[in-house]
Amino acid sequence: MADDPEIVWASAAAQARAVRAGEVTARALVDAYLARIAAHDGAIGAYLHVDADGARARADELDAARDRGEPLGPLAGVPVALKDVLVTAGLPTTASSKILAGWIPPYDGTAVARLKAAGAIVLGKTSCDEFAMGSANEHAAAGPVKNPWDVTRVPGGSSGGSAAATAAALCGASLGTDTGGSIRQPAAFCGVVGLKPTYGRVSRYGVIAYASSLDQVGPITRTVEDAALITEVIAGLDPRDATSIDAPAPALTRALGERVRGLRVGLPAEYFAGELDPEVRAAVDGAVELLRDAGAETVELSLPHTRYAMPAYYVIAPAEASSNLARYDGVRFGARAGGRGAGLLEMYRATRAAGFGAEAKRRIMLGTFALRSGYYDAYYKKAQQVRTLIARDFAEAFARCDVIASPVAPGPAWPIGAMASPVDEYLADVFTLACNLAGLPGMSVPCGFTRAGLPLGVQLIGKALDEATLIRAGRAIERGAAPALAERRPRP
Amino acid sequence: MPALSRDEVEQLALLARLRLDDDEVERMREDLGAILAHMDALAAVDTAGVEPMTHAVPMDLRPRADEVEPSLPQAVALRGAPDVADGAFQVPHIIDKAGR
Amino acid sequence: MSDAVAPVLRRWEPVIGLEVHVQLATRSKAFSGSGVEFGAPPNSLTDPTVLGLPGALPVYNAAALALALRLGLAAGCTIRRRSRFARKHYFYPDLPKGYQISQYDEPLCEGGAIELVCGGERRRVPLTRIHLEEDAGKNVHGAGATSLVDLNRAGVPLVEVVSEPAITSAEEAAEYMRALHLLVRTLGISEADMEKGQMRCDANVSLRPRGATTLGTRAELKNINSFRFVQKAIEHEIARQARILDGGGAVVQETRLWDGAAGTSQSLRGKEEALDYRYFPDPDLPPLVVDDATLDAARAALPELPMTRLDRFVATYGVSLDDARTLVGDPALADFLDAAVAASGAAGARAGKAIANWLLGDLLGMLNRDGREVAASPVGPAALAALVALVDGDVISGKIAKDVLARAYATGDAPDAIVEREGLRQITDTSAIEAIARELIAANPKQAEQYRAGKTNLLGFFVGQLMKASGGKANPKLASDLLTRLLSE
Repeated sequence: MADDPEIVWASAAAQARAVRAGEVTARALVDAYLARIAAHDGAIGAYLHVDADGARARADELDAARDRGEPLGPLAGVPVALKDVLVTAGLPTTASSKILAGWIPPYDGTAVARLKAAGAIVLGKTSCDEFAMGSANEHAAAGPVKNPWDVTRVPGGSSGGSAAATAAALCGASLGTDTGGSIRQPAAFCGVVGLKPTYGRVSRYGVIAYASSLDQVGPITRTVEDAALITEVIAGLDPRDATSIDAPAPALTRALGERVRGLRVGLPAEYFAGELDPEVRAAVDGAVELLRDAGAETVELSLPHTRYAMPAYYVIAPAEASSNLARYDGVRFGARAGGRGAGLLEMYRATRAAGFGAEAKRRIMLGTFALRSGYYDAYYKKAQQVRTLIARDFAEAFARCDVIASPVAPGPAWPIGAMASPVDEYLADVFTLACNLAGLPGMSVPCGFTRAGLPLGVQLIGKALDEATLIRAGRAIERGAAPALAERRPRP
Repeated sequence: MPALSRDEVEQLALLARLRLDDDEVERMREDLGAILAHMDALAAVDTAGVEPMTHAVPMDLRPRADEVEPSLPQAVALRGAPDVADGAFQVPHIIDKAGR
Repeated sequence: MSDAVAPVLRRWEPVIGLEVHVQLATRSKAFSGSGVEFGAPPNSLTDPTVLGLPGALPVYNAAALALALRLGLAAGCTIRRRSRFARKHYFYPDLPKGYQISQYDEPLCEGGAIELVCGGERRRVPLTRIHLEEDAGKNVHGAGATSLVDLNRAGVPLVEVVSEPAITSAEEAAEYMRALHLLVRTLGISEADMEKGQMRCDANVSLRPRGATTLGTRAELKNINSFRFVQKAIEHEIARQARILDGGGAVVQETRLWDGAAGTSQSLRGKEEALDYRYFPDPDLPPLVVDDATLDAARAALPELPMTRLDRFVATYGVSLDDARTLVGDPALADFLDAAVAASGAAGARAGKAIANWLLGDLLGMLNRDGREVAASPVGPAALAALVALVDGDVISGKIAKDVLARAYATGDAPDAIVEREGLRQITDTSAIEAIARELIAANPKQAEQYRAGKTNLLGFFVGQLMKASGGKANPKLASDLLTRLLSE
């Protein structure tokens, strides 16, 4: 086996086809990625834990099954990386937090179980912002992840490890989670595809909760086809998640072949105003132009409550987070600080002070503030009302268009350590938050590079449950942009 | 929104079972103040008669059937705990039912 | 009422509200599939949801909803068709998630009442609400400086039944607990064993001057974990507050922990920070919608309610309120009575009162003496009905009936068979009794003379002699009438 076979850069779909056809063994694929991880991940820091033995054993089982002529799943032999907020039986799961150091879960989350059942092989767990709270993967207990296109820059967050691993071909594909842009923004920063399905499409059972009414699992992949394939595998009703949607699994791979002629693409004025980086603007305009070239129409529209998305999100998400993080108390799992003699209160406070990082603490404090008796109406309830108005904006917009196109972030990946304050970082999420607040599906598709060679993405937002249109439009952009993007690979 | 006082920050930290040292209290006070200043924009939105959106997708609860599934074995339930004794999670002595 | 409280109540009127937690008898937990069982090894009935493991999620138990609805309907509550779960936050080692899933401003049931008998009258204590929630685990004090946490009970489904502050005595509070206990057991929604913690009570107690309309400052009493303690704990609290108020002091709003062993309560003040539960709607649980079918099924599952039965016993059988309360208080007794009446044939409900008297009197006496369950009585409902029919039909006297019942109890034989076999049939043949009466008068001329001279209370002597001579079988009324006539001749 060559050290760096071309197939590691191929799509997950192509890898699965090759494994099923017997053109490559799952074991060879796994070994190739393990070799790449050993060679390159030191510079990137995408992985927190690599399960080399487990991945090899699973690959051998799969190869043996194929030799026996057993049918293989749609992701047969595809080595995948999982964001460390996804709970994995027998594999350390820390959410990039010291407070979960050493925790080995006794169960698999639903998305992970479905991925495995489809033949995917778990390579390991990827770094992220602690408890998925962050936009740059700088708030991680193990330290920042580097962008494979420029290791002095952030990969985006919070699913930075998954995006970086996918971009640098350290896995066939990956899963991330998206609460306010945490799949789409790092995908854009790393030049890969990221899909956040409709809230409730993919079960949250086994997803370490950040903000329960916003969290959603989705794929980060090198192609739109992979995003479609993986979403089909992980989506669908789960009786263990009361918020999972009882709707037929979307036929996304079928949508790949559908044309965009006549598709109405909405361009919200609020997403193209203000301090938008001119290079971002140009790249998004280019992507929209590709859709027009393929026969789509564009519609100018307004989402007037867009500017309230940031304050509403940063009330709702921290409020829910402060509640979700109350279970980390040093009693049943994870790390504990403070001796027995100091008493219970001190045990709690010492454990949580030592276990949580600065950003997690900030959001716990913010959320605790917003839910306090006497402040609830003015903050949490008010934000949820504003959320209704934001959702109404989208409902009205979708009466006039089929999909909305916008930038993913105001600029490209920024240098590590460049964000001066928490508020600056929060403001960088401005284009991705509303999609989560409204529960809609959103996707980030690569659409160009800055002159400095940093990848840029375009965001597509669809109607609830209409991931198919995102795939259709995303594929059209991918097809159109291919000549310009081809042969560009990160070089860590 | 007036800026938070150090005392308020310390009360919040107690409620959230965090311990902040003096520097952290001050930094937290400044950070929260700056963030809350942005939140004030919400107050300007007319939300009279607007239902709060508690769930991203409107749906009703689907109750589960009352069926017993296997429990985790005791050893597995306790496996990740930092301190156990006699089949139980062990914690510093609880003096009272405060907080109940 | 204890002696200490009686004088206090002349000046002060207690106002009491109860918050009662009742465990719902489901097979699995409120929000996940691990089993519910009392006395299992610690931490052997858990799953990721019960342990609050990262990533685990709750889904509510349909059976718990059905049971709670049954209680709500039985108590006459308004059922909210769209209720909501909320998170109630506090840190405690027996609370795995750092919050309890409960209901807050949109509970399942509102209004309604618990009906009871207290002080010889029927009363209604109005309810504020009944809401759904989950139980916490159990803390056991370990050796030395630690406590041990068992989470088997965490996540067990509960309802919290919250009364209005409308209870006016410790006795009524105890009756409220008994009535609620009986109700939930009759409905089959809970074992409600207080010793096992399946029913627990917190009491809010305040005093106000008699005649006042505003409420005084209240204290909350927690940890009242047995029936025995309900009345005792509240009386103790009433006395405590009265001492403070009589001394010119003011009651402090606080939570107090009842110590059953010591018979006192102690303040938790100073040990607790200002509470702020930070309730908000649980984003993991969409609204709980009760559709018509679910509500109809719950309604159809309602048996006759204890107080409905009590009213029926009083109205239809003519049983006294106190006897009716005793009867419905033990469903086995009430069932026995209904079965016996059903076996009474033509006599029907008319026999109810007599059956109840025999049941609560002689029969229950023998059962209690032998430590036997009512259901295991050697004299069944049909046999008791037959006995009452024998008395009612003047076949045997009440006195003989006592004997017959004792024999039936000892042998298990039918009363009719005993009467026939032993020749206990009452003598109702006038000529036979007259013959005995004439012999008696002849044998006791002095007493007969005195009777005729006006000492009419000697009639009793003659009746007694006659009954004795007839082996108790003479019809006493007939004997009395005949003697009166013959003595006057």
